[in-house]
Amino acid sequence: MKVAYWPGCVSRGFTPELHGSMAKVAPLLDIELVELDRACCTGAGVIAEHNQELADTLNARTFALAQQVPGAELMMNICSTCQGAQSECQERLDANAEYRAHVNQTLASEGLNYEWNPTHPLTNKNFLWLLVEEIGLDELRSRVRRPLTNLRVGPFYGCYIVRPRRRLGIDAEHRRDNYLHEVIAALGGTVIDYAGMRKCCGFPIITMNKEASLKQAGRHLGDAVDADADCLVTPCPLCHLNLDLQQPLAEKTVGRRLDMPVLHLPQLVGLALGLEPQELGMGRHVVKPTSVIDWSTSVVAGAAA
Amino acid sequence: MEMMPAEAHDRREGGTQSFKLRLRRYDPESGEAPYWDEHTVELEPHRSVLEAVLQARDRFDGSIGIRCSCRQAICGSCGVRVNGEPALACHTHLDAALSSSGDGVIEIEPMGNMPVLKDLIVDMDAVHWKKVQRVTPWLLAKQPVPEREYIVSKESMVDVTQTMACIQCGACVSDCLAMEVDPGFIGPAALAKAYRFVGDPRDAEQYERLNDLAQDPQGIFDCTHCFKCVEACPKDVNPMGQIMRLRRIATSDHGIVDQNNGQRHEAAFTGLIRDYGLNHEAELLPRSYGGPSWFGKFHPAAGKELLSSLPVIVKGVLRRKVSPKLAIFGHKIPAADLKAVRTIYDKVEGREQRYELNLYIAGEDEQPEPAIVAAPEGESVAESSPEGSNR
Repeated sequence: MKVAYWPGCVSRGFTPELHGSMAKVAPLLDIELVELDRACCTGAGVIAEHNQELADTLNARTFALAQQVPGAELMMNICSTCQGAQSECQERLDANAEYRAHVNQTLASEGLNYEWNPTHPLTNKNFLWLLVEEIGLDELRSRVRRPLTNLRVGPFYGCYIVRPRRRLGIDAEHRRDNYLHEVIAALGGTVIDYAGMRKCCGFPIITMNKEASLKQAGRHLGDAVDADADCLVTPCPLCHLNLDLQQPLAEKTVGRRLDMPVLHLPQLVGLALGLEPQELGMGRHVVKPTSVIDWSTSVVAGAAA
Repeated sequence: MEMMPAEAHDRREGGTQSFKLRLRRYDPESGEAPYWDEHTVELEPHRSVLEAVLQARDRFDGSIGIRCSCRQAICGSCGVRVNGEPALACHTHLDAALSSSGDGVIEIEPMGNMPVLKDLIVDMDAVHWKKVQRVTPWLLAKQPVPEREYIVSKESMVDVTQTMACIQCGACVSDCLAMEVDPGFIGPAALAKAYRFVGDPRDAEQYERLNDLAQDPQGIFDCTHCFKCVEACPKDVNPMGQIMRLRRIATSDHGIVDQNNGQRHEAAFTGLIRDYGLNHEAELLPRSYGGPSWFGKFHPAAGKELLSSLPVIVKGVLRRKVSPKLAIFGHKIPAADLKAVRTIYDKVEGREQRYELNLYIAGEDEQPEPAIVAAPEGESVAESSPEGSNR
């Protein structure tokens, strides 16, 4: 399937291994990525906090660019925060024709227009949602070359992709707040539940209240350690910054050794589809995913034997 | 004796059904640790969790503690956690609670972030009410007070009714993730109450209120933006949304520069997207501490922060997570697009007044249901998706 692909900023900035691993994984799942390289940052909620209309207009521009990609079935992102920020803007744009017209007037100088069509609404899905709803767990399972057998994986969702439920289309039929569990299981891994899996990583307040921010990250990582997880997996690069890049500082804040590797979702999928840790950029993490790499080599060795 | 069909074995006369409850019991004065207690009650599925707890108390154990009054979701007394999620016990149907339970047993606990007085009763005075009092929860009227009534726009009053809908149940306080690590955070309920007066055109001290809440290290900039309170609220008060509006009015309307880097972070972020189109993480941190320009990093506050983050930065560079080139120059969108983005900034920020769509006031347009049909070949980014999954 062809998708208008919004990679976000951080996946091309401080977590380049995310963008890189998505590019490696896409062909294995027959996803054609048409990168929206003209689009700008979603604002991550911060621009909306500053000026709602500004955030809505910038995202409407991205939606308009996505609608111009010929043959794309939908728009896809690889960042929980992008999903949340875009969904919030789309909610306002779709709810009110007058407001939409007002925003489109600003876009008109560039010749762009965000079109709203009730029979074909703009569909914007995180890679996680796309995996479950478009590709399907059975299909995903059938493509697994190296099942994550005996790998104990803790899901870390990120706030923006699980709340608020109504805006994100989560209900009894669409258990999007449980999809990471389902994907880990479909890849053959063992899902590890722990207290912090749907809580906040603390990243949004890292510059305002560093101690509280790192305490959040440290506490969730500690919960995962106590639950005997080998690693965490997250669909959000901002969570990854606080959970991986800042983990040494989080360790100091909570006063315990953590040493918990955190994988990006496409990395975990890539491993199960048979890609090597190195090509998925797993050497670039601050906390070396040694346990995961040991696991993958032993699985390969086991398969060869 | 007549046999009952297997699937309805627990159905009783009059439509009642068996529900198993697991209650968290704790009496701090006893010196004993908390424990779980199970009881099976008989009620119709549309009855509430509160009625179930009261039945357990009446029939099996008179010492079960729960607070309640109106039993119709108005008084806010019976806030608890049902299967881990905050809820009003009187506003949660037993059939819904059963379907959200993990193992067929409805689990009922006291709310979080507040000390337990007994079983399901928490100390609202120690946390919730103290925080509400913190925000001066009354009108500081503009002078002179008119002889008759104030004349204000209908819209501004509809706006504050959203926060007035709060019934002080504490569900949002219970689930606040910032408060979980920083108990001193003023928190969602009290800050929503603060907006009640900040948004009231009759109040004389908008600036003073906002400056106070912005400068407080545990004020409006301590919120982690996790949406927990939005989800917890049984009355659609949207506390986090109100906090974001407090920030917006403080920074954009009053130009308040706080000591917590709240305004600087917002200005740095917004400015970087204007300059680059994409976030430039290496610049964001120093600018958030030192001020929203390239020179921000030379501010003493930024220097101190950079020094403490140095081990992290060095490790990032060594692991090739961050290339020195990217860290220095950042990444940009193409020049023509950057120009278009700046045009949007100029136009929107150049307005005399911020234009803000408030869906609580405006409501949603009546819209036809999205049709469930396949997108025609070549149709771009439109899709047949079931209602509710199109975002």
